[in-house]
Amino acid sequence: MSGADSFPKLLLENAARIGDRPACREKDLGIWQTWNWAQVADEVRALACGLTAIGFQPGDKLIIVGDNRPRLYWAMTAAQAVGGVPVPVYQDSAAKEMAFVVDHAEARFALAEDQEQVDKLLEIRETVPRLEQIIYSDPRGLRNYGQDFLHSYDAIQETGREYDGANPDFYEQSVAGGKGDDTSVMLYTSGTTGNPKGVVLTHDNVMRTARNNQEMEKLTEDDEILAYLPMAWVGDHIFSFGQNFTAGFCVNCPESAATVMQDLRDIGPTYFFAPPRIFENILTTVMVRMEDAAPIKRRLFHYFMELAQRAGTRILDGKPVSATDRLLYALGNILVYGPLKNTLGFSRIRLAYTAGEAIGPDIFDFFRALGINLKQLYGMTEASVFITLQPDGQVDPETVGTPAPEVEVRIADNGEVLFRGPGVFREYYKSPEATAETKDAEGWVHTGDAGLFNEAGHLKIIDRAKDVGKLVDGTLVAPKYIENKLKFFPNIKEAVAFGNGRDHVAAFVNIDLVAMGNWAERHNIAYASYQELAAHPQVLEIVRQHVEQVNRDLSQDPNLGGSQIKRFLVLHKELDADDGELTRTRKVRRNFIADRYAELIEALYSGQDECHVETEVTFEDGRKGVVAADLKIVGAETFPVAAELKKAS
Amino acid sequence: MTQHERAIGDTLLKVDNISLGFGGVQALSNISFDIREHEIRAIIGPNGAGKTSMLNVINGFYHPQEGAITFKGEVRRAMRPHVAAKQGIARTFQNVALFKGMSTLDNIMTGRNLRMHKNILWQMLYYGPARTEEMEHRRRVEEIIDFLEIQAIRRVPVGKLPYGLQKRVELARALAMEPELLLLDEPMAGMNVEEKEDMCRFILDVNEQFGTTIALIEHDMGVVMDISDRVVVLDYGRKLADGTPDEVRGNQDVIDAYLGVPHDEGEA
Repeated sequence: MSGADSFPKLLLENAARIGDRPACREKDLGIWQTWNWAQVADEVRALACGLTAIGFQPGDKLIIVGDNRPRLYWAMTAAQAVGGVPVPVYQDSAAKEMAFVVDHAEARFALAEDQEQVDKLLEIRETVPRLEQIIYSDPRGLRNYGQDFLHSYDAIQETGREYDGANPDFYEQSVAGGKGDDTSVMLYTSGTTGNPKGVVLTHDNVMRTARNNQEMEKLTEDDEILAYLPMAWVGDHIFSFGQNFTAGFCVNCPESAATVMQDLRDIGPTYFFAPPRIFENILTTVMVRMEDAAPIKRRLFHYFMELAQRAGTRILDGKPVSATDRLLYALGNILVYGPLKNTLGFSRIRLAYTAGEAIGPDIFDFFRALGINLKQLYGMTEASVFITLQPDGQVDPETVGTPAPEVEVRIADNGEVLFRGPGVFREYYKSPEATAETKDAEGWVHTGDAGLFNEAGHLKIIDRAKDVGKLVDGTLVAPKYIENKLKFFPNIKEAVAFGNGRDHVAAFVNIDLVAMGNWAERHNIAYASYQELAAHPQVLEIVRQHVEQVNRDLSQDPNLGGSQIKRFLVLHKELDADDGELTRTRKVRRNFIADRYAELIEALYSGQDECHVETEVTFEDGRKGVVAADLKIVGAETFPVAAELKKAS
Repeated sequence: MTQHERAIGDTLLKVDNISLGFGGVQALSNISFDIREHEIRAIIGPNGAGKTSMLNVINGFYHPQEGAITFKGEVRRAMRPHVAAKQGIARTFQNVALFKGMSTLDNIMTGRNLRMHKNILWQMLYYGPARTEEMEHRRRVEEIIDFLEIQAIRRVPVGKLPYGLQKRVELARALAMEPELLLLDEPMAGMNVEEKEDMCRFILDVNEQFGTTIALIEHDMGVVMDISDRVVVLDYGRKLADGTPDEVRGNQDVIDAYLGVPHDEGEA
């Protein structure tokens, strides 16, 4: 194991140890360009010296904004090498949001990918005069800008080479002066409330977490990864930056944001991360395309996918599978799974992660059945990603696995998940109160999430801690957990569960107009509006079956089994951000809904079978109107809780 | 939009007293104007004003009965399309004219045709100098793909693309000719606001980066006034006005032609 304690040191080591191995690639003009470790070390050195030559001092921050590009990654190490701190910023953030970060980080230097980002920085510079120098990577469209504080990347590197020639010892000394305890990066978290907070991570944080995971998953310099998620996001920083250095594998940067799926196929990464949304989109595309395929192909696909669901996951987990199924699975690999994975660019995947939100078990199982080792992890910026993750062979769509190496996790009395470990952030930049609120004196970090450990020692995240409540009999209610289970059904678009301080759980359900409308069309059910379809008796019946399925699932869980849905109603209108019922990122605004539909909630908890409601709605053009409806309240069957039965016997 | 700084040079193309008629219809009467190097020159006018006819005369598709065309100092009675192309005039069409079954890449490659010098046999063998030549052309095409940000549709058959992207591919093909004068016939017709903004940016970038002279027909007045250096206004085959966007905007004849004059039955 290497002795380097900072990334610039590790870069020099890699250049000496595996200098001719590919370190990164980028598709440019349709061709993959490769840089090996020796070349990267050279590029970084020139840039670092160039930064110094234009006045970049130790402690200075370098704002980095743009798509995933090798040059932008190099800039991170370059800033670190001369004692500075890279601050990657989300490339799609508006000038105003970016201005906050630039101002708060007290950055004097910024690196922009292209004209679009330069324009934003120029706008910011008018209100944040502290921002002095701006460097751009792609000169297109910038020819006539002419400001003397604007520099091209190439020019800075040129200056850097001259500086390096004149001060040959400067770079090595500067790198040698870095320590593991120095700040290596500041990542601003896009908080849902208030301004973003700058999470300060040290070289030790990032490097130890990256290494621990690398050892656990046996990542080597032969692995390949596609860097396509924002550089400002901690996941990308660990996977595409930290582990790039520690494992020495090659990071591939797509040609453009629009070509990611094609580039994925070109590269065939062995290590892959995607949020659940992306896996869901891929699955939908596959299914839609299969529906259009010739009947024989379609039948082949469905036959082998059924087999894969039965045997694939078990084979992946090393569990016993009958010889016939094994044989058939091998055949399926030739006919279906192999070609499908090849089309998706998943042929070589050895390790795939997903995280960020709950993933539907169907989606999760689909990819695992194909033989892709997809696993869930639970992490956050404040942990340098890894808090828990699923070890090979112990994968379950319901949990997020066991604590990561060297990480301790415990559940507080109020159900909140706490952790500590080598990746714990140093502080929120310039916010000691916020730091103290989140991290206690012993180093335990409050995640704000409520979770439970199951019998196998795997963590299950159920909801935000502040949303978890209790029924009057003390049973735990995690509304989001229940809502997610409902939303996994394609027919259900949104759900809102209630139960805190009540004697049972009740829910509002929004049907999905596309899925339900499709169903209605196929069954010759005429409807004139969303409202009419939502009130159709057969629709209510379908939703009731879904709710009961959720209840059945819940009953398997000894902790949450008591929170089954006794009564529900299907709302007459879609929950809408324009009406303030959802946030712009489509999260349910629970309290607002509870106020707005107080009479409906009362009806759910009284004995009523029907409730009249009038709701003001905002139309797309901004006009307002009133929707009135008589909503049926439906009862659902509940099931005995599994573990309690076991206890009784 | 700020005015871009380019050195607008000498006259690149000049049309003198062009008249064009089809049987009894006089499409153009006695039109004269010039296009200077590196400028963006707009041709505007109501429907049937003769704008597309004018472009067709410039690239030699129509031969005017009267008048002369001077391109790069050479005076001609009429252009011929292949001469125009060889001389460095490229164009796009009002109704996209691409090979729908071919990929974006192949469509753009056809724009390089005039610049390929090896004969078809060499090219079929794809050997030696022919190979080197094709690789060089491919590199140029890739630069244009990068420039117009159409990497994601490189391999997609053009017929499958939405209209706005097809227009962009057509522009790409015209650029592949490395023209000196680029004629754009309603490059933004049928586009939504976002697509128009993109197209404007590309036109300005082409003009700035490659120094290409651009003559465009466009109906969106906002676009025309924003991006062009000079505007010529046609109506019923006659020239109504010629000047900077501001001059043209204030011209009473132009206002009348667009809004109609009181004794006309035309709609406002």
